[in-house]
Amino acid sequence: MTVTSYIFSGHIVEEEVEFSLSELSQACGVNAEWLITLVEEGILDPHENGSHKNRHQWRFSGPCIQRVRIVRRLQQDLGINLAGVALTLELLGEINDLKARLIALESGTAEEL
Amino acid sequence: MEFKDYYKIMGVERSASQDEIKRAYRKLSRKYHPDVSKESDSEERFKTVGEAYEVLKDPEKRAAYDQLGADWKSGQDFRPPPEWDQGFEFHGGGFTEADASQFSDFFESLFGGGNAGRGQTRNPHFSQRGEDTHAKVIVELEDAYNGATRTITLHHTELGADGRPNVVNRTLKVNIPKGVYQGQHIRLMGQGSAGVGQGKAGDLYLEIEFNSHSFYRVEGRNVYLDLPVTPWEAMLGARVSVPTPSGKVELKILPDSKPGRKMRLKGKGIPGNPGGDLYVVLQVVLPPADTDEAKALYREMEKKLAFNPRAALGV
Repeated sequence: MTVTSYIFSGHIVEEEVEFSLSELSQACGVNAEWLITLVEEGILDPHENGSHKNRHQWRFSGPCIQRVRIVRRLQQDLGINLAGVALTLELLGEINDLKARLIALESGTAEEL
Repeated sequence: MEFKDYYKIMGVERSASQDEIKRAYRKLSRKYHPDVSKESDSEERFKTVGEAYEVLKDPEKRAAYDQLGADWKSGQDFRPPPEWDQGFEFHGGGFTEADASQFSDFFESLFGGGNAGRGQTRNPHFSQRGEDTHAKVIVELEDAYNGATRTITLHHTELGADGRPNVVNRTLKVNIPKGVYQGQHIRLMGQGSAGVGQGKAGDLYLEIEFNSHSFYRVEGRNVYLDLPVTPWEAMLGARVSVPTPSGKVELKILPDSKPGRKMRLKGKGIPGNPGGDLYVVLQVVLPPADTDEAKALYREMEKKLAFNPRAALGV
């Protein structure tokens, strides 16, 4: 067992990190072609610097890493095709938004003393 | 080791057809998939269902499992009979969809871990840079409020000189940045798999998971607390002390507060930009009638309050 006293610090991916296509494929352990398919299917939405056609310019936001991993798990574990995964993600997002609104409607602001 | 009743886990009869088993698995895996299900134990359930299906979907494994007999009950102490798997030939492990390393000791004692030679083969493409790796790190909710240093132990499998996989442990001290929440990732550059040749090491991604707390629940940056109050605090209003992960605060309970009333303490959730809120949900707790005095007080209410909680039911 290796023990080091060094304290490692990192960045919060979701907030501070952006990926190029090849970085995202490396980070998720999937091939770039498959990521391009996800973009074409509208599951991932890179910001474009310039032309959408130029894949080298694509920048993916930090949360994409989790999204890619969820897509892969849903495909593998539940046997859903990409269109189904896209729909699932949209519906899950909608449920989360509705929940947040429900909570906001149900709650009053508390008075702190 | 505990016996696992795979048929019961799948909710099917021992006589179920392969088609029925597949249908049951499809339904359960959708219900408990951790990315879809909001049930707190979904991850555990999903693994258990995956393990049961791994056995029952494969006629060879199912036949071997059935040999154990129908008298076993889930949770019973189990030891495989000495010659139990003789005469069975398992083809190629058959670990197709599931991650066998996640399975129970029970599974492993019957079918082996299925680790050897599986998933360990390096990517055949020549690659300079080491692979990026992922691990989960469990932290306390308080760490997200204050930041913290946590020691984590990572296990990974390496092929030894004899070609057999060994588990290697590695301990790292990691800064948990303030404001991080469950599901987010921390990237540690150069802490993934070693590079090939002159190549750089890959990165390590740590997924944050909160240790379950005895009274806070967390969703994103918002934190929920069920706050027990007395009937008189709820009805007459009160000032009460409320714990938050960043320290105690005083809270004003308005008169005529119903049980379940939700109150938001803005900015008392996990810090960030924007920071989360703390939601306090009132739970009215009845005082026990365990002394003569308490009983007398309840009797007095009974006499003087003329309160019928079932009025709306028409009785």
